[in-house]
Amino acid sequence: MSRLGRRFAALSAANRTALTTFITAGDPTLAATVPALHQLVASGADVLELGIPFSDPEAEGPAIQASSERGLANGIRLTTCLDMVREFRARDDETPIVLMGYLNSVLAMGEAVFARAASDAGVDGLIMVNLPPEEAQTLKCELDRADIDLIFLVAPTTTDARLVKILGRASGFVYYVSLKGITGANHLDVRAVAERVAKIKAHTDLPVQVGFGIKDAASARAVGQHADGVVIGSALVTTMGSEVDDEARLIRLGEQTLALRQALDG
Amino acid sequence: MDGANRYDQPVNGHFGEHGGRFVAETLMHALEELAALYDSLAGDPVFQQELAADLKHYVGRPTPLYHAERLSRELGPQIFFKREDLNHTGAHKVNNTIGQALLAKRMGKPRVIAETGAGQHGVATATVAARLGLSCQVYMGAEDVKRQSLNVYRMKLLGAEVIPVHSGSRTLKDAMNEAMRDWVTNVDNTHYIIGTVAGPDPYPRLVRDFQSVIGKETRIQCLEQVGRLPDTLVACVGGGSNAIGLFHPFIDDTDVRLVGVEAGGLGLDTGRHAAPLNAGRVGVLHGNRTYLMQDDDGQIIETHSISAGLDYPGVGPEHAYLKDLQRAEYAAVTDDEAMAAFRLLNHTEGIMPALESSHALAWVVREAAGFDDDDVVVINLSGRGDKDILTVAALDGIEI
Repeated sequence: MSRLGRRFAALSAANRTALTTFITAGDPTLAATVPALHQLVASGADVLELGIPFSDPEAEGPAIQASSERGLANGIRLTTCLDMVREFRARDDETPIVLMGYLNSVLAMGEAVFARAASDAGVDGLIMVNLPPEEAQTLKCELDRADIDLIFLVAPTTTDARLVKILGRASGFVYYVSLKGITGANHLDVRAVAERVAKIKAHTDLPVQVGFGIKDAASARAVGQHADGVVIGSALVTTMGSEVDDEARLIRLGEQTLALRQALDG
Repeated sequence: MDGANRYDQPVNGHFGEHGGRFVAETLMHALEELAALYDSLAGDPVFQQELAADLKHYVGRPTPLYHAERLSRELGPQIFFKREDLNHTGAHKVNNTIGQALLAKRMGKPRVIAETGAGQHGVATATVAARLGLSCQVYMGAEDVKRQSLNVYRMKLLGAEVIPVHSGSRTLKDAMNEAMRDWVTNVDNTHYIIGTVAGPDPYPRLVRDFQSVIGKETRIQCLEQVGRLPDTLVACVGGGSNAIGLFHPFIDDTDVRLVGVEAGGLGLDTGRHAAPLNAGRVGVLHGNRTYLMQDDDGQIIETHSISAGLDYPGVGPEHAYLKDLQRAEYAAVTDDEAMAAFRLLNHTEGIMPALESSHALAWVVREAAGFDDDDVVVINLSGRGDKDILTVAALDGIEI
């Protein structure tokens, strides 16, 4: 069983909701990323999403756009992101890591080359924001061969016909985009999310995680009651980008993550 | 054409390996809806009549095919200009916005958004929005807001809101990112009027079809005026909408040479240009697979052109396909060559072309010796140059 499979099975057995955290690789410095990943785990994160900076992140709100720009200014490349995962794995072989980004980064490396390199580094899953299942055949084939889950997004606008199509190809978990909008948006409707998640779960045995627009303990708790997991991105990325020294940033990140953990468990 | 070089209609929005629908899931349904509506309207006589009437009475079509005799004597071949600059609003862009506004009306969407580089597409969108009573917001890179201030003010006068985009390189590509972010948020009540033949399917074929009126008219006019088809068609290529509009009705006429001219900026060897078909690699940006200006890590690199309308790192997927098939050829001219052509046309014919369109003429000037005197060369004069007066004056050291 994959790390993602094991992690969700354990969470389910313990009747707990997954806390999935997103930070952007290389933000605010190249050296900050791996310690931050360990801190997230120590403070209660179950699954780690690591953003691959891209010059044109068309689905991101201002916070993650800015983090991408900081990462790129630090000279980060896709190979650097994979090196960070490898470095993280030296101390943690259990916590699943999902890379998240835009297709062009993977195409530039080559889909087959990427799949092998990512598998070697210890990557468990990949989310490509701008890759719907219709266009994903080649990449999915390469990732399957490397035992990496290609995780698809489902949106509020996804029709029933599309939902069936997406779930037929999904693996790892299903990422439900909680709202029509960009990351970090401010118009979450918990009741609508609950209905949609229930509908998705009626069609799949995969865990369903909800992201976009969940930013604090209250929204995490509210959404967490209806889903297998919640994804927190912009709020943590804002902390990563705050103008403090490395130690203070790690402390703040830990406190923020712990509060989310307690909200989900409480 | 036969065998490997045969031109095939797109399948599922793919032109060969290019095109497609690479967008966030939230937008997929809107694209499916738009494609279904558009496909249903292709054979709808009411829609087609409405479009034809608007093009005739509102836009002022057909535009002339003008034989530039004095310029022809100077350069050699017989040069004809397809006068898209004489359209209402001063460029070819309105051919597309008229059509897409009718689509928005059919879908019952009260709001339209657009991205714009030079401002011509923004103006054309603001214009049709005003006419149909649609709310309109136009995203424009902050850099372009500065260098195309006349068009910014025109859009405001037309009742549109211009939103400067400060992210990334602050030009057309960033305006497109921001428009996508708006659309993903407001997809229920908003139609995104993409201004070029790029973006996710169905935009490349939809915009092409609306712009194909350029080539259809050229074909008829050339047969009437010259008695035969042209030998060569030349058009500038940024995203490539005016070029595909001219080329497309001639694709099966394999004796007609098709030349797209990209923005060579300071020169292809300097890296400071906007010529992905000449110097780019295939990748995925803004919903489609095509040639892109990118580094070896897949990051989109900043482009440079004197002309804001060509300052874009990608190109429409159908052009990428025509390049791969070798059905069309793609050249590049520099900022300086384009400026010289701009001045030449002012002096010899009393026509002030847009800096974008000046690129097409500049290629003909450079390659003129390779043509016979009775060769018929049609250049798409895609827009007028009034919007560029401040840029040109600044180059002359004059402050207006």
